[in-house]
Amino acid sequence: MLQRKRIYCALVMGAIIVSCFVAAAYGLADTLKENVYEVGKLKSIDSVPKLKVGDKAPDFTLPAVSGGKVSLTRYRGKKNVVISFVPAAWTPVCSEQWPGYNIAKTIFDRYDAQLIGITVDNIPTLFAWTHQMGKLWFPVLSDFWTHGAVADKYGILRSDGTSERALFVIDKKGIIRYIDIHDINKRPPLDDLVKALEKLKK
Amino acid sequence: MMKKTMMFFAVLAVWLCVLNSAPLAAEKPLARGDALPAIKLPVPETPGAKNYLGLSGEGSFAVSQIKAQVVIIEIFNMYCSNCQREAPRVNELYRLINKDPNLKGKIKMIGIGAGNTPLEVEVFKKGYEVSFPLFPDEDYSIHKAVGQVRTPFFICAKRNADGSLNVFHTNKGGFPDAAQFLKQVVTSSGL
Repeated sequence: MLQRKRIYCALVMGAIIVSCFVAAAYGLADTLKENVYEVGKLKSIDSVPKLKVGDKAPDFTLPAVSGGKVSLTRYRGKKNVVISFVPAAWTPVCSEQWPGYNIAKTIFDRYDAQLIGITVDNIPTLFAWTHQMGKLWFPVLSDFWTHGAVADKYGILRSDGTSERALFVIDKKGIIRYIDIHDINKRPPLDDLVKALEKLKK
Repeated sequence: MMKKTMMFFAVLAVWLCVLNSAPLAAEKPLARGDALPAIKLPVPETPGAKNYLGLSGEGSFAVSQIKAQVVIIEIFNMYCSNCQREAPRVNELYRLINKDPNLKGKIKMIGIGAGNTPLEVEVFKKGYEVSFPLFPDEDYSIHKAVGQVRTPFFICAKRNADGSLNVFHTNKGGFPDAAQFLKQVVTSSGL
């Protein structure tokens, strides 16, 4: 009797395991197939938040892939800022998030917002990775050295040295108006960001 | 009591296996000769798109209801850079079909945005001035049904005598030349 029960339990466990594998990420662009490193399913969030809506956004100055350095203060009083942190170059989900933003410039313009992309990768890696996305209209910054210092300031540095997949909306006064520390395995819908940008107008 | 518990686990196990069998079966991308899965889409709101597809009313419709002998379905993703690069050639394909009096009305095109919300599909449609109807597949259900294909992926289906659709050609990734692709579609479908 006990053995039969074990068999039934094994069947259930087997079905659950299969279910987990089936739920893996998909929908990747065909060209990326050969170059993207499959990371599998990761812990959805692996950091402790340090910032909340209403806080002043920590300043930073980071090197840009296009050359030179970009500081957050550059936009103070001039533009709203959306910072898109993505975990790492050449990984699934990240490799598609920015190409999507790249064709949504009119939405960012509508809300007078400047998008900034940041990862903890170094400049040469970011150069190669973003190059295959086409020409990006927004600056891509490297938070490589001191490693992940800006991600850490924003409370989104994961224990493995990558950053969370996170969005911060900062108004023209430099105040954080929206934070989405997203499940690293999933792409944040554009709709949520648009709703956050709409609120800036109110 | 023990018997009931065991029965519960047995039923649960079977149910989970059944639940998983559809996505597992669809691990393989659709291929030539396959019946087109039952894909339900919302009837477009715009009269132009509704008219193009030969639909009326509201609610949902099955792809097999599209008034055409051949339906070309592009599985794309607004976030996919390759789909973005391919967009002008796909538009050219639509243009070539519609300027040919022998093909206009016989071949219709639709796009399905895998994992995309209606807003994301709209961004793609406006950004690339896509003239044929695009539909969101927010929960990936259609993407799963066609075999979790890499994007872009083109499914060309032909109408059978009973009104159903069968796949006669698929194209993984883009195509280098719209005219050549159309020629292949016409030849393979026997139009």
